Amino acid sequence: MAATTHAHAATAEHKHPNYMAIFWTLAVLTIVELIVVFLPFAKFTNGVMLCALALAKAILVAMYFMHLRFELRTLAMIAVTPLVIATLLVFVLLPDAFAVAHKSEVKKGAESAASEKH
Amino acid sequence: MSQVAAMHSAVEPAESPVTPESWGKFGMWIFLAGDAVGFGTLLAGYGAMRATSADWPNPYAVLGINLTAAMTFLLICSSVTMVKALEWLGQGDKSKAKMFLFFTALGGAIFVSCQAYEWTHLIERGLHINGNPWGASLFGTSFFIVTGFHGLHVTAGVIYLLSVIGVVSRRPEPAASYNVVEITGLYWHFVDLVWIMVFTFMYLL
Repeated sequence: MAATTHAHAATAEHKHPNYMAIFWTLAVLTIVELIVVFLPFAKFTNGVMLCALALAKAILVAMYFMHLRFELRTLAMIAVTPLVIATLLVFVLLPDAFAVAHKSEVKKGAESAASEKH
Repeated sequence: MSQVAAMHSAVEPAESPVTPESWGKFGMWIFLAGDAVGFGTLLAGYGAMRATSADWPNPYAVLGINLTAAMTFLLICSSVTMVKALEWLGQGDKSKAKMFLFFTALGGAIFVSCQAYEWTHLIERGLHINGNPWGASLFGTSFFIVTGFHGLHVTAGVIYLLSVIGVVSRRPEPAASYNVVEITGLYWHFVDLVWIMVFTFMYLL
């Protein structure tokens, strides 16, 4: 019985991509990240570049190490859903973030006006 | 075995429509999707806290990135040893598969050790969960919660890998362990993927 179950478990294997090529690409992208941190660009530009590099690395890991490239599209959609939810969550939190920043600016303005009066 | 029981054992269980190889693989993907929402929420919360703070410390200046860059490289290496273990198992070489599984677990154990060293060093310098000498107190809170949550995943992964080495050893046919090792690999690569994001958001940005 157990042997039958194991025999059923032994199923078709995935294609094995060139894992070393993926490894070297990930290593190079990590080095590029470390260089970007110290580039004299605006903070926003650096941030966008670092996010793009991290996303590229994450996609490589998911596509080739997790074999998502060789799976059905439905599974890829399940895998991408958390990323969509996290992105939506950022937009949900943005109004709160700006509201707090706005309040602190108002508070700072009021404090400076009070100090000027004195 | 009765006739009815014999009939039932001969019937194939319903095949998973998304992962025909096994239901276990589908289950792992669903678990990882849920876990990814957990990490996504933590990182989105971190972003919101950071955006609202006027005195958020510069992470790479405070935390240092030399050790964590090496830790990132180590996790990438451990992902390669994981896929190599699966590759060798596919080729029917159990001993090489077990060796690469062990290297993967070793990589994870070294990663957790480096994290323990980093935490100790930062705590000695004044970074605590409720405050730090450099600015917003939530900096320490978010750092310990996010990296700690990831560290717990790596620790669980090391235990998982070691138990899977036992499974591979016990099953006589290498092909019988293929799905188990592939499912373990999904978890391990996910831990690597999450660290890529944590490293960028918590250390580099």
